[in-house]
This record gives sequence, C-alpha cells and structure tokens, in this order.
Amino acid sequence: MTTDVDTPVSAKSTAEEEPPGATRSERLSVLAQQHGALVTLIVAMIAASLSFDTFLTSDNLENMALSSAFLAVVALGMTFVIVTGGIDLSVGSLFALGGVLAAWGSQYGTAVALLLPLAVCGLIGLVNGLLIARSRLAPFIVTLAAMLGARGILLSVTDEGSKTYLVDKNSFFAKLGQDTVLGVGAPVWITLVLFVLGAVVLRRTRFGQYVYAVGGNEDAAALMGAPVARTKISVYTLSGLCAGLAGALNAAWLVSGVTILGSGMELEAISAVVIGGTLLTGGFGFISGSLVGVLLLKVIQNVINQIGSLDSAYQQVVSGAFLAVVVIAQTWLGRRRRVL
Amino acid sequence: MTDLTLGRVTADRDRLLRLLQEYGVYLGVVVLFLVNTVFTPHFMSTENFRTQAVQVAPVLIVALGMALAIGSEGVDLAVGSVMALSTSLLSLYLGYGPWIAILIALVGGAVIGVANGSLIAFVGVQPIVATLALMVAGRGLALVLLPQLKDVHDPAMASLGSGDVLGVPYLVLIAAALALLVAFAVRRTTFGRQLLAIGDSRPAARLAGLPVRRVLILVYVCSGVLAAIAGVLATARLTASDPTSLGNLMELSAITAVVVGGTPLSGGRVRIGGTVAGAVLIQLLTTTLIKHDLPPSWTQIAQAAVIVLAVYAARERGKR
Repeated sequence: MTTDVDTPVSAKSTAEEEPPGATRSERLSVLAQQHGALVTLIVAMIAASLSFDTFLTSDNLENMALSSAFLAVVALGMTFVIVTGGIDLSVGSLFALGGVLAAWGSQYGTAVALLLPLAVCGLIGLVNGLLIARSRLAPFIVTLAAMLGARGILLSVTDEGSKTYLVDKNSFFAKLGQDTVLGVGAPVWITLVLFVLGAVVLRRTRFGQYVYAVGGNEDAAALMGAPVARTKISVYTLSGLCAGLAGALNAAWLVSGVTILGSGMELEAISAVVIGGTLLTGGFGFISGSLVGVLLLKVIQNVINQIGSLDSAYQQVVSGAFLAVVVIAQTWLGRRRRVL
Repeated sequence: MTDLTLGRVTADRDRLLRLLQEYGVYLGVVVLFLVNTVFTPHFMSTENFRTQAVQVAPVLIVALGMALAIGSEGVDLAVGSVMALSTSLLSLYLGYGPWIAILIALVGGAVIGVANGSLIAFVGVQPIVATLALMVAGRGLALVLLPQLKDVHDPAMASLGSGDVLGVPYLVLIAAALALLVAFAVRRTTFGRQLLAIGDSRPAARLAGLPVRRVLILVYVCSGVLAAIAGVLATARLTASDPTSLGNLMELSAITAVVVGGTPLSGGRVRIGGTVAGAVLIQLLTTTLIKHDLPPSWTQIAQAAVIVLAVYAARERGKR
C-alpha cells in the first residue's frame, strides 16, 4: 500500500515506551493506545455478566475461549505482518485450506495432519513474501491474489467443495483439538504458548527489532543494515504458517475439514490486531494487544448472540462499525502525538 | 560502432516491451478470442456473444468505479457489499414502483460512498481499511434489510434485465454508455484532472490548492453509485435479490480488470479503455476454462495468476 507521507517518525517509534521528556497528554495517548482495548474488554465483560446470567457460565466462557483460540493464532501472524507496515488478506483462505489438508492428512497420522497444512500454507506465505519483498509488489494485491488462489486450490482438493474429509475421532490429532487440560481446551493452551513465544520473538530478539525497524521506516532500516527483504519474507511466511496451523487445530476440534470456513476471517484478524493497538502504518504494536483484540471481538459477538433477537447480520454491522470507530480513534490519538 | 548498434537494439527492445505492456491487454483479448474461435464449439454465435456481453456488463460497471478509486491512489473493497445492499433496497421498495426503488438503491450506494470517502478524506484512514470496514458493515446491512433470497416480479425490471435494442441487450448499452461517461469525466472534466493530480501526489495536490477532500469523497461516491447500478442490473437479469451471494468477490474481479487494463496501483493514471478490455479478458479466460471442462476452481487460480502477472508488468512500467 501507499505510505502515508504525513505520518511522522514519532508516531512510529520502535518501542512503546514514550521517549524521555514526553508531555503528560502524550503519555496519556500512548497509554490509551496500549490499554484502551483492555479497559474496553473489562468494561464489556462486566456489563455482559451483569446483563446476562448465561454469560459467566463455564460453558459459555469455554466456548468463547475456544472460538477465540483459532482466530488468535491467525491474528498472531497478522500482527507481525502489520507491524512491518504490510497486510495479509490471504489468511482466511489459508485457514480453510489448512483445515481441509489437515483433515485429509489425518488418515496418515498426526504428523502428516500437522505438517502438510504447515508446509502448504507456509509455502504460499513464502511466495507472498517473495513477491512483496523481492518484486516490490503491493502487499494487498499479492495477498488478495493468494486469497483467490488458495480458495481455488481448496476447491480443487475437495472436488469443487463437494467432498468433506473427516478426522478419526480416536486419533491423537482429534485429541489435540478436543482434549481439555485443567478444564481448558488444548487449542487454548497451544494458543497461549504461541502467544508467549510470539511476544518474546517480537520484543526480545533481533528479528523482532528488524520487524519494528522495517515498519517504522524501511529506508532507514536498510541503511541501518537490517535485512529488509528477508524480514518481510519471514513475516508473510510466519503469517501463512499461523493461518495453516489455526486451520489444522480447528479441523481437529471439528473432526472434519470444512471448506466454507474462513471467509471474512482476514477482516476479523486485522480488526483484532488494530483494536489491540497495533498501527496499520507499521512500526508500532504489541502481541498481547492482539490477544485482547480477539477476546474483545468475541465478547461483542457473544453479547449479540445472547441478545438473541439480533441475527448474525447485525454482528457484521457492529464489527464493521467497531473497526471504523477504532481506526478513527487511533488516527486521532496518532494525530495528537504528531501535534505535540 | 558496436556500442551504437547495441544501444539501438536495447532501445528497440525497450520500445517493444513498453508497447506490449501498454497494449498487452488488447493483444490478450484478441488471442483468447482467436483461440476460442478455433477450439471452442459454438463460440462464434450471436447467442454466445450476447451471453458473454451480458455477463461482463456488471463487472465492467463496478470496475469503472474501481478505476477511479485506484486512479486516486486508493481502492474500494466495499463494492461487492454495495451491490448486495442495492439489491436489498430494490426488493424492499419495489412496492413503490421500480424507478423509485432503483433511485433508493442508488442513493444507498452513494451513502456508502460518502462514508468511505469521509473516512479516507477527513479522518485519514487508509482506503483499504476504511472500505474493508464498510465491506463488512454493508453486507451485514444488506442482510438485515433482506435476510434471504427473494424473487423479483416486476415487468419493468424484467425488461431491463432481458430486453434489447436491435439485438443489443440494455445491460450492454448501459455499460457502454457508462464507460464512455467515465472516460469523458477522466479526460475532459476538472474533476478528472483533479482526481489524477491527487492520485499522482496528494501533498502536491494539497499545496496546489485542489479541493482534495471533496474530490476524494466524490470518487468514492461515484464508485458506490456505479456498484449500486451494477447491483440493480444484476438483480434485473437474475430476476431475484440475493444479498447473501450477490457481489461476492466482486471487488477482486473489478481490481483485476482495472490492473490488467494497465491502470497502475500507484495512482495518477486511469485507463478506461484498458479496463473495458481487462473485464472482457477475464470473462474470456473464465469461458475458455469452463467450456473446456476445467473446474471452476481453476478459474480462480488462473485469475490469481493473471493478477500477479499484470501487477508485475505494471511494476516494470513504473520503473522505466
């Protein structure tokens, strides 16, 4: 996409800690950006639990945690991509493709069920990254093409969507999706571990530094000696891997590969990341925020479902409007900091 | 001496490449046309041409609006949802007569366009995100208004969908007229010149005193209204309103048509002739694959490949 010429370097500082000498309102806007989603989440959960007796039941919470887990894994990869200033629209298709490949592969054992989607989706992510980094094509158009192409491959694998592959309920792979540890579903644990890993990689490794640097200012990053192309290729590959893994876990949970899943998921993932405080212009963001963003989206969806009389169409209206509001707020906060 | 010859050879090759990139889409259409003429049974028939033209009309109309958005260095992902919204509104208000219903449908498209344009022009949200939000919200709104498929029984709508003048369907005539109108707007009006200036460099346009915000909003209103027109025409042709699936992946087809037609994603240039050829090229490609019993999934993969190739070619052109 285009780079916003108006965005100053200060709004893209590589660390979320405010620079020394920041004024109070500057600090406040950074705080709002960092923890706004968390505060909203807590308020929404309190409001929901007061309004609906069914909200704080263990069944409902467990359901929310599980359905959040799959989206969260996708959002994890998306966070890296967005921090570099890019975007990945192919994740929804890769999620569905990963699920179908995992379900098909599960007949040859758990290893195949996990490795096949990772290999295929990772490869598509790699191709995305190569086209974006080496040929300097716009990320949104490349990943849009990948979204279409992956959906095509998916239809091709499933005889134009007519074939559903089932996972053997007694296999280890199915257990991976369905077992619970300490009352919490295995996918939720896996997601939490991945998020801790992701946060460590983004904040504490040299690769993470490069990701921030590329998103902050690509030319400056290149002059600094950061491997710009390699970093970009890595984040799109990572995003593909995450989407494929999320699809595989989802297939294990549903014990089948469902072809119609994942449409609109790219939007949910992008929304979650943006709601979590990561700037779409790149250079600024955090992994934990994306997790909060996913939970917030799911709580809102859950509340809409609880109201009951509202159908899922309203859900779409609300999430679209919500994304718009968050982006407006972000732009506003960013602008405040620019003025100061 | 050798250097001179070498230089001339390179220059010749450069010119050839540039010509190919400039007019490649027309060449592609001609090649696919010839291939189909030879290898596809029943391709050369009035009936087939009619079907193809009617199928390409809505895509083309949406692509015209998309060309304007891309020319202003933006993009409009909401077009598919606008089609769905316009079909819902049309069904909802058909009781008041077809023309009023169509008018309301077009106003619906304009409203989404204003929302898109305001987010982009006033708030400064990137076009892709602003229109993504409206894409989700718009589809939701369409489904709130009309939760499921509804047949459209209206003589005026039916004749709009299947009528013709001297054998040329209304749909095709409308699409052609709109293409001419948009081409004229881009080339000969102040709006067109301002739009290209903004697409070239927004800061420069702002410094030159152009009404950047107004022009940007107008661009997305045009795109919204054109998508709504496409929605109305598609409804007329199908004689049914289907907000669930109408316009699905339309943004993709429209972007492909525009990009394949040689409009650069970096803005500042709009090629309407190329966009028309691009839409026809995609339609011919789809036909070729389907008529030779290749499954629809291959069409998607082929379209994805065409997008990447076209953008790759455009990149070379930009560098030169």
